[in-house]
Amino acid sequence: MTNQDKHVAELTRDHSDHQQLLDQDTLISVKNVKKYFPVKGGILKRTVGHIKAVDDVSFDIKEGETLGVVGESGSGKSTLGRVILRLLEPTDGRILFEGADIAHIGNRKMREHRKNMQIVFQDPLASLNPKMSVGELIEEPLLVQTSATKAERKQKSIELLEKVGLRASDRTKYPHEFSGGQRQRISIARALALNPKFVICDEPVSALDVSIQAQVLNLMKDLQDEFGLTYLFIAHDLGVVKHISDRVAVMYLGRIAEIAPKDEIYKNPKHPYTQALLTSIPVVDTGEDTIQREKVKISGELPSPADPPSGCTFRTRCPFVHDRCAAERPELKETENGHYVACHLYT
Amino acid sequence: MAEQPVLDIDKLKTYFYLDDEKVAKAVDDVSFSVYPGETVALVGESGSGKSVTALSIMQLINKPGRIVEGTIVMNGKELLQMKPKQMTKVRGNDIAMVFQEPMTALNPVFTIGNQITEMIRKHQKSSKNQAREKAIELLKTVGIPRAEDIMNEYPHQLSGGMRQRVMIAIAISCEPALLIADEPTTALDVTIQAQILDLMADMRDKYHMSLLLITHDLGVVSEYADRVMVMYGGQIVEEGPTKELLRTTNHPYTKGLLNSLPNIDKHVDRLETIKGTVPAAFNFPKGCRFSTRCPYVMDKCLESNPEITEVGPEHYVRCYLHENGGIPNDESR
Repeated sequence: MTNQDKHVAELTRDHSDHQQLLDQDTLISVKNVKKYFPVKGGILKRTVGHIKAVDDVSFDIKEGETLGVVGESGSGKSTLGRVILRLLEPTDGRILFEGADIAHIGNRKMREHRKNMQIVFQDPLASLNPKMSVGELIEEPLLVQTSATKAERKQKSIELLEKVGLRASDRTKYPHEFSGGQRQRISIARALALNPKFVICDEPVSALDVSIQAQVLNLMKDLQDEFGLTYLFIAHDLGVVKHISDRVAVMYLGRIAEIAPKDEIYKNPKHPYTQALLTSIPVVDTGEDTIQREKVKISGELPSPADPPSGCTFRTRCPFVHDRCAAERPELKETENGHYVACHLYT
Repeated sequence: MAEQPVLDIDKLKTYFYLDDEKVAKAVDDVSFSVYPGETVALVGESGSGKSVTALSIMQLINKPGRIVEGTIVMNGKELLQMKPKQMTKVRGNDIAMVFQEPMTALNPVFTIGNQITEMIRKHQKSSKNQAREKAIELLKTVGIPRAEDIMNEYPHQLSGGMRQRVMIAIAISCEPALLIADEPTTALDVTIQAQILDLMADMRDKYHMSLLLITHDLGVVSEYADRVMVMYGGQIVEEGPTKELLRTTNHPYTKGLLNSLPNIDKHVDRLETIKGTVPAAFNFPKGCRFSTRCPYVMDKCLESNPEITEVGPEHYVRCYLHENGGIPNDESR
C-alpha cells in the first residue's frame, strides 16, 4: 500500500468512528500521529531511510486545559507542534480538532481551522517581520482572515496591546525597538488577534531572563483564564512546564515516554527517563522545603533518530535495562488513574 | 582566608564608548578574588556585565570597549601591565576559558586533533607525536569515547555535549590555575548539562584548578559553587558563600531572582516577578542601579549608590536596607 492509499483508508475509517471517540469536552485529539522525514542518499538521491521525528504519538487535550510537552533537543516536541497545526504534513495518523479530522484536509478548509489554532514561537525576533510595525503585525491576521474594517482592526490591536501589558502608542513602533520580553508579548497579542481556542506555545520563554520569563508566564496564565484558552506548551525547562501545565507529557526520541497529571508526574515519576530528567535539574537550596531527590544519572547521549535502538528507544541510556527492552517496544499503558507510562518495568 | 588568591581583581572598570558619545559602563567598579581550588559563580541576567568581566580578565575586550581602570592580579602578576606577547602566554597556560557555544569557539575547518595539539604545542615543548598522545589522553580524561577516531573528526560531526567536552579538554591541556567557564551548559540539555558540570568539578579537583563559573542559572550555582557573586548593572550587588547567600538573601534583586524561578517542588499560582527591565548600560539611574525595579525603594536609594558592605561572615551586600535590618519580611508590600 502506498502512503496515499493509506491516507485514503485512514480517512474512510475515520469518518465512521471519530465522533464516538471524542469526549464532550475534548478540544483536540491526536491519534497515532507520525512524522517521518526521508533521508536521501546516493547519486540518485533515493530515500535510504527515515528520521522518525514523531513516531506514533496520541493524546487528548480538554478545553481550557494546558498540556505541557517536555523533552530534550531532538525529542520531536517542536515537530509535533508543527504537525498539529499542519505547518508540517503528518506522515500518518489523525488530528481531531473539535471533532473534525484536520490531518489530511485541503488548504482552504485548513484555513478555516487556523482561526482557532495559533502558535507562539521561541524567538520573536525571528518570527516577527522586522519591516512591519507592531500595529501591522497584530492586524495582519485580521486582514487575512476577517472582513474587519481598518478602524475595527486598529481598535482590536489597541485592545490586544493593552491586554498583553503594552501601550496603545506602541502600535507605530517596530519589533527591534522592544526588549525580548516585550517582543514575546507582541507575538502573544498577534496570536490572540483572531480569538483562537487553541494556542501552541513552542518554548515561548526559553530565550528570556528569569525575571522576564516570570512576567510572560504570568501573562499567559491570565490570558488563559480570561479567554478560556487551551494550550499545548512545549518546553525543555521542567520548572516552567510544571508551573503552567495541568498535565505533562515527556517525549523521548519521537515517542511519549510518560504522560500524567502534573502533580503526579513530578511527585511520582515512573519512567526512568522522567526520573533522570527531574533529578538532573540543578535545584536552588534555599534551606526551606527543598526536597532532596535521589539522583538518577544517565550516561551517554540521544541516539540518532535515523537509526533508533530496537525495542525501547531509551534502553541505551537506561540504568534499569533488561533483556526484554531490546526485544520488545513498550506500549504506553495506564498504571494508575490518568498516569500512562511506556516502560517494561511496569508491565 | 590566609591563602593567597589565584586571581585578585580590584576596582575593575570596562567601558564601551558608543558612536553617539554614550558610554556603556558594562563593568563598573568590580572587585573580587578567587582562591585556589574553589568554584566561584558569577550570576546575573543578560546585560549584567558578567561576560564582560570574564573577557576583561582574559583581555579580550575589543573596540569600542576598553578597560578604563583597575588591577587584575593573577598569581602575583599584574595582567593589565603586560605586553600582548606576555599576555598570550598567560592565556591558556595560567587562565583558560570555555565558552557557551562550542561550535563557534571551535574552528570548523580543522580536526579536533589538530586543535588540541595546536594548543599543547604552542604552550609546551613537545614533539608532534607526544602532543598527539597527550591529546588522546586528554580526550579520554574528559569522557570522550573512541578518542583515537575523534582526533580525526571535525567539530560538526560531534554533538553539543561532545563539543563542550572537547573545549574542556583544550582548556585543561596546559593545566591552568584558573578555568573560566562562560555559560558552559546553557546550550545543552539538562541530562547533558549534569554530565558536563560534574566533569568540570572532577577536572577542578584533578588538576587543582580554581573555577570561575559564569551563569544565569541559580540552580547550577546552588549545586556547584562554593561562593557566589550576583551582578546587576555592571556591579556586584551581593556576594557570599553559596549556602548562606541563598538562604539569607540580603539584596532585593537576588530575592527577586529566586522568587521568579518556577520551582518543581513548590506550587504557586503566580510567580513573583521583578517589574520592568534591566536599564541600559549607558543610562543607569542616579543612585542605586536597581532602584527603578526595587519594590522597597527609599528616597535615599534615588540619591546615591550604596557601597558594598559586610552583613555576615564573608557576606557582602550593596543595599541601604541592611541599615534597617535587611529586606522587610512582609509579603504584602
